[in-house]
Amino acid sequence: MIRGITYFDMSTTAVERPAAGVVVDARRRRVVGLGILVLLLVVMAALSLAVGARALTPAEVWHGLFAGPESDRRLNEIRLIVETVRVPRTTLAIVAGIALGVGGALIQGYTRNPIADTGLLGVNAGASFAVVTVIAVFGLSSPFQYVWFGFLGAAVAGVVVFGLSSIGRGAGNPLTLALAGQGITVFLAAMTTAVALSDRESLNALRFWNAGSVAGVDFDVIWPITVFVGAGLVLALMTLPALNLLNLGDDVARGLGVNIALSRTVGITAITLLAGAATAACGPIAFLGLMVAHLARYLTGPDYRWLVPYAGLLGAVVLLFCDIVGRLVVRPGELEAGVVVALLGAPFFAVLVWRGKFKSA
Amino acid sequence: MRRVRKRMNGTGRGAHMRGSGTEVKATVAPGVRLGGVSFVWRPWVALVTLVLAAGAFLLFCLSISIGDFPIGLSQVIATLFGRGEQVDEFVIMDLRMPRALAGLVVGIALGVSGALTQSIARNPLASPDILGITQGASAVAVFLITVSGGAAAAVVSSVGLSAAALAGGLGTGLLVYFLAWRRGIDGFRLILIGISASAMMEAITTWLLVKADIKDVARAQVWLVGSLDNRSWDEVWIALWGTLGLLVVVACVAFQFKPLHFGDDVAAGLGVRFGVVRAVLLLCAVLLAAVAVSAAGPVPFVALVAPQVAMRLARCPTPPLVASGMVGALLLIGSDLIARTALPITVPVGVVTAVIGGPFLVYLLVRANLK
Repeated sequence: MIRGITYFDMSTTAVERPAAGVVVDARRRRVVGLGILVLLLVVMAALSLAVGARALTPAEVWHGLFAGPESDRRLNEIRLIVETVRVPRTTLAIVAGIALGVGGALIQGYTRNPIADTGLLGVNAGASFAVVTVIAVFGLSSPFQYVWFGFLGAAVAGVVVFGLSSIGRGAGNPLTLALAGQGITVFLAAMTTAVALSDRESLNALRFWNAGSVAGVDFDVIWPITVFVGAGLVLALMTLPALNLLNLGDDVARGLGVNIALSRTVGITAITLLAGAATAACGPIAFLGLMVAHLARYLTGPDYRWLVPYAGLLGAVVLLFCDIVGRLVVRPGELEAGVVVALLGAPFFAVLVWRGKFKSA
Repeated sequence: MRRVRKRMNGTGRGAHMRGSGTEVKATVAPGVRLGGVSFVWRPWVALVTLVLAAGAFLLFCLSISIGDFPIGLSQVIATLFGRGEQVDEFVIMDLRMPRALAGLVVGIALGVSGALTQSIARNPLASPDILGITQGASAVAVFLITVSGGAAAAVVSSVGLSAAALAGGLGTGLLVYFLAWRRGIDGFRLILIGISASAMMEAITTWLLVKADIKDVARAQVWLVGSLDNRSWDEVWIALWGTLGLLVVVACVAFQFKPLHFGDDVAAGLGVRFGVVRAVLLLCAVLLAAVAVSAAGPVPFVALVAPQVAMRLARCPTPPLVASGMVGALLLIGSDLIARTALPITVPVGVVTAVIGGPFLVYLLVRANLK
């Protein structure tokens, strides 16, 4: 079994069979799994380009992607649909899915709590509060205007939570971090409600924002978001070996030479960047990070160097899939991706839990 | 999760070692035996609980005394004990009492329910909110408010909405409970299934809100935050007797509650039938939360914050039941008082609860770190 192999098991298995062989075998399986996920992602992305209110054939999608402007009105229309609607939407679903998947896996690692979600650091609540406030105060109406306030709110909330939990002794202790995150989330959510109840325009915006959607955002927003997510991913990948050691306990990690404060700071920064950017662009998509982190742990075992890439790819696949389903179920209308993630993902996840597929650590 | 538990115990031990003289004494001679009953005498916990209870009672009386027709505290207390004047009695018993009593009862119910859930799940982030009760009730209520259209106003003002919400919350809570049941209740399985059910119900609520007319959305939003406005004696009586009955059950089983924190094996070794005890306590937690939701709407976060605050005030390694209830009551009545009197605009009590409760929890955390 892949899952059985940890640093400690290798010494015991070595007695009976060559440990190196087992490790190579496990690694091969994980690489193959990663390949399958990438393939799934490509298939989902292709489907996402083709499926929608106006279904397109593969040839039409191809044409829309690579042909220039033409005289034929029908072909031009298709090109326009692909270029301005389907491609941005698909790109954002992939970027946000990866960000939330990786963020979910990291937050569970850094708080050592299996029910931590990407919203735990106050990121979602901070973004919502910022959005509602700028709408109420400045009267902004288009999502393009308030995306960056959302990102700012998310980042500030993340920094405040981490800063507060790092004061004094026991800095960045996982339990303190989780509870401080809850406290700030609670506070910001209440302030959001207070603002929304006093201003009808922000209440109206808030209900759509809360649903979490990858539609209707164009590349002016997606490119910067992708840069932030990319930076977050680089930081995240850098901390993975240290995160493995941190999960053996602070004392062991310190003994093995991990700079605990540094790796926590880098890790939390990564989570804030990833979750903050994704939330700013799509609105809060709850449950996705939590779900794929558990799925990834089930597939790879507790080694974060494998778990995190798996979680990222799974996040993108699941978000793309849910967005596609959302376009099909209530035609001609659409169901927001965030709503579909919870409606489809939750029962699926519950069945897996009931069958005892997940371990607590 | 195992690690989290260790951390919780660790905090407790640390507090003991750093603690004042009374605690050292408590660790030397903790046990008291009276006939067939024995318990651990912890002066600090008792003192904190008493102070919290006195504070809750004081706020309860204040909540009755303050209003458009102010009544002195002494008259309030006299009336409560049946020796008041007739005018006061009318204002107090018919107008103010239901609201204050609802705050007290709902606060206690939420605090105790939270303490039970966090102890059983052995996770400080757990609360009845993630067992699906709040979200189930919210989904049903929002459905009634937004989908029934023109009839909405009539439904909202009636007791029907409370009852339907209660049914929704209870239904979801029990569904989670039975889905998590597989040769006994396992804390980890319970919260993961609870989170799933909550996420689903919340998605339904979100979707209903997106589809609805903006006027109904505003009304739904008020319900979603939780409020103590316009309580009638009917609603309060149900909540009061429900809570009292459940608290009696909890009290009967509570002496087997502490060993559960050590894990199943140790608990079994100490003679606790942990399967039955945990199932009963969890059912009580679900029912308490449902009763609270039916009386005040889904007042958020009290159940999450109260046990953690009580734990830190009482310097216990695990959430103390009675003190959690008292903190819940203090938080709710105090917030209602502030919402009614101190703020320039009327806001639902749930908003104030969260604005006070969240930062206070953070303050306690930071203070503990600075020590």
